[in-house]
Amino acid sequence: MPRWGMVIDLAKCTACQACVVACQSENNVPCVEPSEAARGRILAWLSILAEPEGEYPAFRLRLLPVPCVHCDEPPCIRVCPVGATDINAEGTVRQTFARCIGCRYCTNACPYTRRGFNWYRPEFPGDLNQALNPDVSVRPKGVVEKCTLCHHRLQRAKEIARAENRPLAEGDYLPACVEVCPAGAMYFGDLADETSAVSRQARSPRAFRLLEELGTKPKVIYLAKGEWHGGE
Amino acid sequence: MASSAIPNLSARIEEDSRPLLPMAPEDEALLRPITATRPSFYYLAMALLGITSFGLIAWSIQLRYGLGTTGMNVPVYWGVYITNFVFFIGISHAGTLISAILRLCHAEWRRSITRAAEVITVLVLFFGVGSIIMDLGRPDRMLNVLRTPNFRSPLLWDVCSISVYLAASTLYLYLPLIPDIALLRDHAGRFHRFYRALALGWSGTERQKKILNRAIAVMAVVVIPIAVSVHTVVSWVFAMTVQPMWHSAIFGPYFVVGAIFSGIAAIIIAMALIRRIYFLDAYLKPVHFNNLGLLLLVMALLWFYFTFAEYLTTFYGNDPTHLVVFYSKLTGRYAPAFWTMLVTCFVIPVSILARARTRTVTGTVIASISIQIGMWLERFTIVVPTLSEPRLPWPKGAYLPTLIEIVITLAFCATFIFLYMLFTRFFPIVSIWEVQEGREHGISEVTERVNSYMPATHS
Repeated sequence: MPRWGMVIDLAKCTACQACVVACQSENNVPCVEPSEAARGRILAWLSILAEPEGEYPAFRLRLLPVPCVHCDEPPCIRVCPVGATDINAEGTVRQTFARCIGCRYCTNACPYTRRGFNWYRPEFPGDLNQALNPDVSVRPKGVVEKCTLCHHRLQRAKEIARAENRPLAEGDYLPACVEVCPAGAMYFGDLADETSAVSRQARSPRAFRLLEELGTKPKVIYLAKGEWHGGE
Repeated sequence: MASSAIPNLSARIEEDSRPLLPMAPEDEALLRPITATRPSFYYLAMALLGITSFGLIAWSIQLRYGLGTTGMNVPVYWGVYITNFVFFIGISHAGTLISAILRLCHAEWRRSITRAAEVITVLVLFFGVGSIIMDLGRPDRMLNVLRTPNFRSPLLWDVCSISVYLAASTLYLYLPLIPDIALLRDHAGRFHRFYRALALGWSGTERQKKILNRAIAVMAVVVIPIAVSVHTVVSWVFAMTVQPMWHSAIFGPYFVVGAIFSGIAAIIIAMALIRRIYFLDAYLKPVHFNNLGLLLLVMALLWFYFTFAEYLTTFYGNDPTHLVVFYSKLTGRYAPAFWTMLVTCFVIPVSILARARTRTVTGTVIASISIQIGMWLERFTIVVPTLSEPRLPWPKGAYLPTLIEIVITLAFCATFIFLYMLFTRFFPIVSIWEVQEGREHGISEVTERVNSYMPATHS
């Protein structure tokens, strides 16, 4: 059974936010008006975290793209009173939009603040209405939503592989964010397969996970920037 | 209705020919709120229902447009509604717990206050549950908690313990009401069928009294652990997460203490109103306020002890993620709420209640109002600051409730007061039979009890 995971190399990432935009349009994440965004109503499955490091004059920002980190021990799924969120056999943390009662206990239990809520009925102004992805359902108002690792892409990849009568190969299934990354900073694949690029990268001495000390065991792994040695 | 059934009919004839229950003339005042309505009742009821209808309008706006109409945001996903939930469920501990404890302790002064307290419990629970429904993004799906329950969720533990508590405290309110309902059946002169159905054929025989007293005693014992479990589980909604200043082992007892604290304060306010509106000074005497005031003083000190222990351990532990929340309460954005809480929950009540000279009716009422404000703020400063300071450096959240949330909160309070008033119009708010029992048996019982503590003086 595969365990889908992601590695993000911060030495390569330019924080261009192509992943953020790709995620938004791939998953029909609704647009939020600027006035609402100013009230903290932004809805995004993947966004750039700006982590301040050091103090002036050695101050700099570390910029990390953070999707749901798909914990192996997710604090969110335990607290859901109706079982609207769960972790499947392949390690992906899912949200059942049709069952969610919108109590937002999961959003508060998530130490990464990576779950969003539909404060209003989702809106796709102008032509955006015509650009919706037919593979992803649009969520109603009042429910929680989150990164699914583009689960619809996994289903499609599995169907194609089955039609061609072959096992799923590495690279058949990539989430939208990984696919568009112009810097090639994002790796995605099966962490259970020791030969896959993603699991080789995950064993790098530069690898770290966000809030590792909480024991949530995230499957989104970062590679630290490290010192500049003049090479590469 | 079932007049064709002959045994039923004969039973009814028998009941109707039974002698009326005796009503002590000195306790007529306790029936007066039910038998005579003053116009002021209707004015007040209209005013309260007016506020309720504003609340309904606010709720319909919220349902139509979504929770975006509230002040909640990312990352402050919970606000006033969850604060209200904890607050109302806290007040519900008033009644049942206090009345159960006082009953079990044979505290004779309880007799005229237990009813008023038990009604608070039963009614306010609906508003606690209602607050959760206000907070749901999809209230239409709320029955999913029964259809697809996840028993690992502390919110589901809440569903279980609050349902049990509601059932138990309703029964605990109803049992001691039966003899009084029977009195009303015989003396109220209206709603005869209603009272007869609810009186369950009570005729005041020794056997009935024995069974009733036994049932009340059992319920009093049963209801205490349930009440403790309710607020413990409410605290666990927060404490079971890993979030800074929520994840605390002290939360269970801390919340229970806070609940009893605000509960006693609620009883005092209710009693003062009843006393004034229905001229029941003879039943709700300064000594009742004095005794409850002493209980309140003990709870204020206990509450301060828990608060101090909680904040000192956080401060001394020096964990940066906890300290961010700690300082947002002590010196930051939530400092006004935090320090007002400390003054209204501790400084004001203790300075009033510690002195016998100020532990009067007015004094205890001022202390109680102050405590209600303080305990609401206590719940607010538990819910919101933790959420405003996410662990990762995402944009922080500021939270201010909108008009919708404020109106719904006021409507909840108004509707609660209205239902409480309505109860006093249909049932005696001071237990008539228990006061009579106290007059007839209480004094000799107490004498006997005190004598049993003493060394025997004669052979």
